[in-house]
Amino acid sequence: MDGTRILFGGFAVLAIASAGLCITRRNPVASALWLVATLFSLAALFVLLDAQFIAVLQVLVYAGAIMVLFLFVIMLLNLGRAGPTDLKGPLGLGVGVLLAGLLLVQLLVLRQAGPAAGGPARATTEQGMIPTVARPLFTAYLVPFEITSLLLLAAIVGAVVLAKRKL
Amino acid sequence: MSVFLVASAIKIIVVFTVIMVGVALLTLAERRICAWMQDRLGPNRVGPQGLLQPAADGLKNLVKEETLPAQADRVLFMLAPTMSFVPALLTFAVIPFATPLPTRWGDVDMVVADLPVGFLYILAFGSLGVYGIVLAGWSSNNKYSLLGGLRATAQMISYEIAMGLSTVAVLLIAGNVTLTDVIAKQSQSLFTWNVFPLSLAYFIFLVAAFAETNRLPFDLPEAEGELIAGYHTEYSAMKFSMFYIAEYSNMVTASALMTTLFFGGWDIPFTTWDNTPPWTILKTLATLTMFSAKVVLFLFLYIWVRWTLPRFRYDQLMALGWKVMLPLALTYVTVIATAIWFLHDGLGWTYDTRFALALFALNLVLAVPLFFVLDRGRIVAGSVVEA
Repeated sequence: MDGTRILFGGFAVLAIASAGLCITRRNPVASALWLVATLFSLAALFVLLDAQFIAVLQVLVYAGAIMVLFLFVIMLLNLGRAGPTDLKGPLGLGVGVLLAGLLLVQLLVLRQAGPAAGGPARATTEQGMIPTVARPLFTAYLVPFEITSLLLLAAIVGAVVLAKRKL
Repeated sequence: MSVFLVASAIKIIVVFTVIMVGVALLTLAERRICAWMQDRLGPNRVGPQGLLQPAADGLKNLVKEETLPAQADRVLFMLAPTMSFVPALLTFAVIPFATPLPTRWGDVDMVVADLPVGFLYILAFGSLGVYGIVLAGWSSNNKYSLLGGLRATAQMISYEIAMGLSTVAVLLIAGNVTLTDVIAKQSQSLFTWNVFPLSLAYFIFLVAAFAETNRLPFDLPEAEGELIAGYHTEYSAMKFSMFYIAEYSNMVTASALMTTLFFGGWDIPFTTWDNTPPWTILKTLATLTMFSAKVVLFLFLYIWVRWTLPRFRYDQLMALGWKVMLPLALTYVTVIATAIWFLHDGLGWTYDTRFALALFALNLVLAVPLFFVLDRGRIVAGSVVEA
């Protein structure tokens, strides 16, 4: 057991625990903050896998921008105080358990087919760096990349149209 | 490995202490400079020239009563001051502040953590500082605090984009995101300091940095004329001063960033003596002094601007962020990328003083119409008419 493995386990437990807290808190602000904690733990896991670039993007985009917007909307709509529970009775519970079971099976299958039995797969130090992410993005995957940006553009235009009826 | 651990621990302690003492002195500097600009004396009673005033203030804040609003969200109310000042300190970890120090156990880099993604780390942690302010505003359960928190969120998200885009130009020149490389590229001569080839990017970064640190003319989250004290209205004693410590540590980090990205970091101008090995203790001390001098200069600029300019109105702030800074930064990245491509691939120049001067000329040409438009005929055009 070296230090990296211990840290990996610690952050993995932290990620799962905060994800659990995120979906069980009734206060939306607390939920959002636990989600931030989850994203942070995931970023730490990426660092431990030598994927620093992905880790930094995780913090920059999700924790730093998207979650701040989430909080902003929660506060703007004044949803901040704990509301009534939104558990949907026995049917909802049944579907939830079923989905969770499906995910568990998927996880077990993936564990069977996973790359390394001994430990988590890690990128080489080279692969964690920016050129190795950027180069395929602008060569091999250029068309999907551009299509994604079109999709985002369409979403932005849609948001503007919805928000501003009178243009 | 153990040398690395020990060196890192020592660096963390030293950097933390220096920043904390610096922040304490900075609060005094702010009050003294403010007093000087308003033609009065300022705090000069405690210790020589008031030097012990921060200690007295700190002691006062430690023994004052902590208040907790009745309807406040207890946990977040307690957590918010910490969350606002930890990111500011974390950001400083990747900034190189001197040349490597030679020791018996090999050269020790004068940066707490030389990350391969250094610059992106700064952007990532810079964007986290807003949580403390937002949560302080929300958890106080006070509408003025909440408004302050909401303003802070909108403002920081808006200006973060312009800030990020303005630094793309720096990365284009450096060709890498590690701050060590950014400094190495700048240290060739005075004119390769990024402020010359990328003057407009520096201008955008400066404005965005003021907005990100919530300093005048952009301190809308705490605009005392409208929001009492904004997000920290309900705070008292040490928790209140934690927000002050956060604000000033943010200023220190932003100044260190400007120094590193645009003013050559620890580079001493007019000589290349400091850029090349063998590293000596003298070189480390000289570059450290240079770095501190530059940072202090920017801190003075912060204070100077605060006591000179009035506050923006909120709609003006948003309009400036989205309608001016963002398009400007986007256009600038395109122009500068084309120029670098032309000089580098078209003419085959390598990055040196000539390259930087060519870009500087381009910036000057761009700056004239830009400032004319930004000025909207108030100062520049006005003086032309008078003359």
